[in-house]
Amino acid sequence: MLPLTVRDLVLRFGETTVLDGLALDLGAIGCTMVMGPNGSGKSLLLKLLHGLIEPSAGRIDWGGHAPREVTRRQALVFQKPVLLRRSVAANLDFVLKARGKDAGRRAALLDHVGLAHKAAQPARLLSGGEAQRLALARALATDPEVLFLDEPTASLDPASVLAIERIVSDARARGVRIVFVTHDMGQARRMADDVVFLHRGRVAEHSPAPDFFPRPRCAAARDYLGGKIVV
Amino acid sequence: MHDIGDALGLAVALVLSGDADLLEIVLLSLRVSLSATVIACLVGLPIGALVAIGRFRGRDVVLIVMNALMGLPPVVVGLLVYLHLSRSGPLGFLGLLYTPTAMIVAQTILIAPIVAALSRQVLEDLHTEYAEQFRSLCLTRLQTIRALLWDARYSLLTVGLAGFGRAVAEVGAVIIVGGNIDHLTRVMTTAIALETSKGDLALALALGIVLLVIALGVNAAVQSVRITAARHAYV
Ligand SMILES: Nc1ncnc2c1ncn2[C@@H]1O[C@H](COP(=O)(O)OP(=O)(O)OP(=O)(O)O)[C@@H](O)[C@H]1O
Ligand SMILES: [Mg+2]
Repeated sequence: MLPLTVRDLVLRFGETTVLDGLALDLGAIGCTMVMGPNGSGKSLLLKLLHGLIEPSAGRIDWGGHAPREVTRRQALVFQKPVLLRRSVAANLDFVLKARGKDAGRRAALLDHVGLAHKAAQPARLLSGGEAQRLALARALATDPEVLFLDEPTASLDPASVLAIERIVSDARARGVRIVFVTHDMGQARRMADDVVFLHRGRVAEHSPAPDFFPRPRCAAARDYLGGKIVV
Repeated sequence: MHDIGDALGLAVALVLSGDADLLEIVLLSLRVSLSATVIACLVGLPIGALVAIGRFRGRDVVLIVMNALMGLPPVVVGLLVYLHLSRSGPLGFLGLLYTPTAMIVAQTILIAPIVAALSRQVLEDLHTEYAEQFRSLCLTRLQTIRALLWDARYSLLTVGLAGFGRAVAEVGAVIIVGGNIDHLTRVMTTAIALETSKGDLALALALGIVLLVIALGVNAAVQSVRITAARHAYV
């Protein structure tokens, strides 16, 4: 499915143009951090790559496949997790069964994300951070080759952030391709192999992490890293 | 005033003594309306679900028809079923007219659209919330429908109760196709309608009391379903 090639990607909603001729190349391995100011189109880019929405124009090529053809081999942890109106355990059971996976993996998955003690609780009574962790466990349950994460640690306490990062790093080490949206600079430094910086509907910069953080090439990324408001 | 007071006293006595005739009528009412509710759910829920998640041409028209059918006048349904089941009608050979089966058929037709339309609304709202996640998980249409039906189970239970409430209180359809035959097709509403006109106020009032209690019970059930669902954050 990899490498990924994106060319001239345009996404419009009526008069508003969110993505405007975006180009992107992703190699076969690693963890790509996607950064950029609020509203720069990070979440929508993930949904486009994952085949959930159709672009207005342009081409997304997953090693010869259209996004919709590879959705099944990928997983996306949404910025706002959508959990079923069932128990925590039943949420995982549902995905394992629907995707023909071994039902016996539930316990290990819950343990992996530190939710074993919440198995019987209604999923919708989980805290924001717990819900994110359940969403991550659900994504992992499908054994994705590409894992998209949309700010999965935005509402987590510091220890949980590190726990999630460890889980994601484990997945990366197993060969899962990670595409990770974050606003957390420290997290980006810890996790990134490379950084994609979105601005004004395009990839303003795509650099290896060791280059990006000390010396971002584009001015918007410099301002962003420097804590200035970027619009 | 005196008559009504006497009748009310007699009615309460009838209810409390568990009068056999009264019991027979009440049980038949429940049998007919519960059967109609179950069948209406078996028919209406899948239709509601398919329309809720379907994107097809003419969907707007289907929605309008479904909503319009919710308000079907019971007497009209009774008349249509009567025309089909009467001896000269297309289904007359079945010999169903003036049987409980005919009453079940009429009430099913009456409330299936209610179940379909209300469940469509419930399931569509839920689907809006789940759709993107389900697309990401690559669920089949059948998996989607089953998940929606299960996750909306509490709301759908109240939909079913609403259907039952309408069926059990309805008089126009069952009186036409049932005929209010003693020991055969006499249900609470038809008995009330006819016994009142015949002057047997005690029986009418007794049945009225039972019907009220059932209506209250249905509402209490709806309420407790809501509370249970809210407690589990399943709404
Ligand atoms: N359905 C829609 N119709 C119109 N505009 C939309 C729609 N969905 C998203 N947008 C707009 O597209 C822009 C990009 O949205 P997106 O959610 O991708 O931003 P983001 O980079 O993920 O931001 P954040 O950092 O806040 O999560 C936003 O300005 C948003 O208002
Ligand atoms: Mg976002």
